[in-house]
Amino acid sequence: MDFKIGLATRDAYGKALAQLGASMEEIVVLDADLSKSTKTEVFGKEFPDRFFNVGIAEANMVGMAVGLASSGKIPFVSSFASFLMCKAFDQLRMGVAYSENNVKVVASHGGISLGQDGASQMAVEDLGLASLLPGFVVLCPADEPSTRDLVEVMACHQGPVYMRVGRPKMPIVHGGGSSRLRDGKDATIVACGWMVAPALEAADILAKEKGLDVRVLDAYCLKPLDRKAVQRAAEETGALVVAEEHLAGLGLGAHVARAVLETTPVPMEFVGLEDTYAESGDPDGLMEKYGLTAHDLMEKVLRVLQRKKTQAK
Amino acid sequence: MKCSRQELPDMAAKLRAHVIRMIAEAGSGHPGGSLSATEIVTSLYFHVMNYDPKKPNMPDRDRFIMSKGHACPVLYAAMAEAGFFPTEDLLTLRKLGSPLQGHPDKVRLPGLEASTGSLGQGLSIGIGAAMAARLDGKDYKTYVLLGDGEIDEGQIWEAAMAAVHFKASNLIAFLDANQQQLDGWTKEIMNLEPLADKWVSFGWHVQDIDGHDFDQILKAIEQAEGEKTKPSMILCRTVKGKGVSFMEGEVGFHGKAPTDEEAKQALAEIEKR
Repeated sequence: MDFKIGLATRDAYGKALAQLGASMEEIVVLDADLSKSTKTEVFGKEFPDRFFNVGIAEANMVGMAVGLASSGKIPFVSSFASFLMCKAFDQLRMGVAYSENNVKVVASHGGISLGQDGASQMAVEDLGLASLLPGFVVLCPADEPSTRDLVEVMACHQGPVYMRVGRPKMPIVHGGGSSRLRDGKDATIVACGWMVAPALEAADILAKEKGLDVRVLDAYCLKPLDRKAVQRAAEETGALVVAEEHLAGLGLGAHVARAVLETTPVPMEFVGLEDTYAESGDPDGLMEKYGLTAHDLMEKVLRVLQRKKTQAK
Repeated sequence: MKCSRQELPDMAAKLRAHVIRMIAEAGSGHPGGSLSATEIVTSLYFHVMNYDPKKPNMPDRDRFIMSKGHACPVLYAAMAEAGFFPTEDLLTLRKLGSPLQGHPDKVRLPGLEASTGSLGQGLSIGIGAAMAARLDGKDYKTYVLLGDGEIDEGQIWEAAMAAVHFKASNLIAFLDANQQQLDGWTKEIMNLEPLADKWVSFGWHVQDIDGHDFDQILKAIEQAEGEKTKPSMILCRTVKGKGVSFMEGEVGFHGKAPTDEEAKQALAEIEKR
């Protein structure tokens, strides 16, 4: 498919945050020596007094954000998703989730699409970990426009929010605000982040080559999930594939599976990494090796349609 | 509620008695580290800090963060005596539905500055509060109480670096150096002496005092509040279980409730002091 290529979601975040900083004086930003990569440096240059680079110390960073939030500030903390969620999970649990503090966590380099740096830098557990924190809203936007809009939404929301952003430039998939990017009646692909564009591509090819009509939902908000849209997809299309750049079924997949099982159980398949870490490589090569391409999605759609047919008999 | 210097020892005895009754009634809890910190907490809540129990979120309030969350009984006792809630409620400690959780929960108990209980986090939170004061041009102080076992945690030393780097001179930390942690003597589990040298080397303003002597505590706080560039560490040499003969220096009472008989004896000793 021919997508217009937009900014990386991390760049969209950095830009939006600096813009928002002008109108919302309560916003303060903390980073752990990765501000050039997470793009919080844009805010830091604009508002040096409200920017804290704490050095390579994620636990202390989240702790400081907790203290700032409990004195009325709106702290955004950023680092790589793997370091922030793994090294500061206890601080997020105690100081943010359990304490109901208004802290915004924006983690860059989510998923494996960061490529060459390898598995130590790749977060394939972050969406699951963030989902495990009671009260957290969990976001995984697919492109520049949705990231930009969500930065403002999260700043205005009272309570903890996690948002994953990524390193590579992303195709623009959003025209408006709707999460249903493509209508269809045969099956539905529910995707977030990186996987949204391949989902649209898979739906396009399936239409052209097999005459199938596949719906695509962008579930940029994992928690709380748009349960109505998922239920409607289950009722109207009778088969679902969930796709995420994450351990399969344990981030977005878990949320969608629960919504489907509690409303309209239908056959489901999951696309993601299968109980493994990834490795260094170019993003496209990695997606191919670990089964995260439009082609993989097509296969899963065909498999779920087979199951739907068998069940109907 | 403020006390004069002369009234502080009586208030400390009152808090100690609350601690014993609360933990005995609950049947579990941590008496040792509450009793070692009693003079520090008494000084802050009844002689030093600015707060209004009727307006626990008052923006200008001084902040107190009990980083060693297991010592919350002495904090709850101080808050009750200060008027945040009725002293009768102290006996609900650790019971279903009580705001007095086994470790501090700021959502359930207004007036608490931070939820703690996973060790090592309070100093970082204190830096955040101190930075908020600076951004808002307010002159409130942030006080953090740390345990000497707690500072085994790496996050403490991340915060030790950051507080100096960000020149948090409005941050005052107390180290309740009672020399014991759950498994035994700190010098045997993880020896961090010389303690004062460590904090000095990180760039803190450090005072090494007797943590049960009100004159020394109050003087140290005054000195710390006068410090204009560095965060302050008041290293308080204390005795775990202070005030109850059979608990003093007895590591077994780190996290064990007294029996009814022991509680009776402890209360008699505190009364008689």
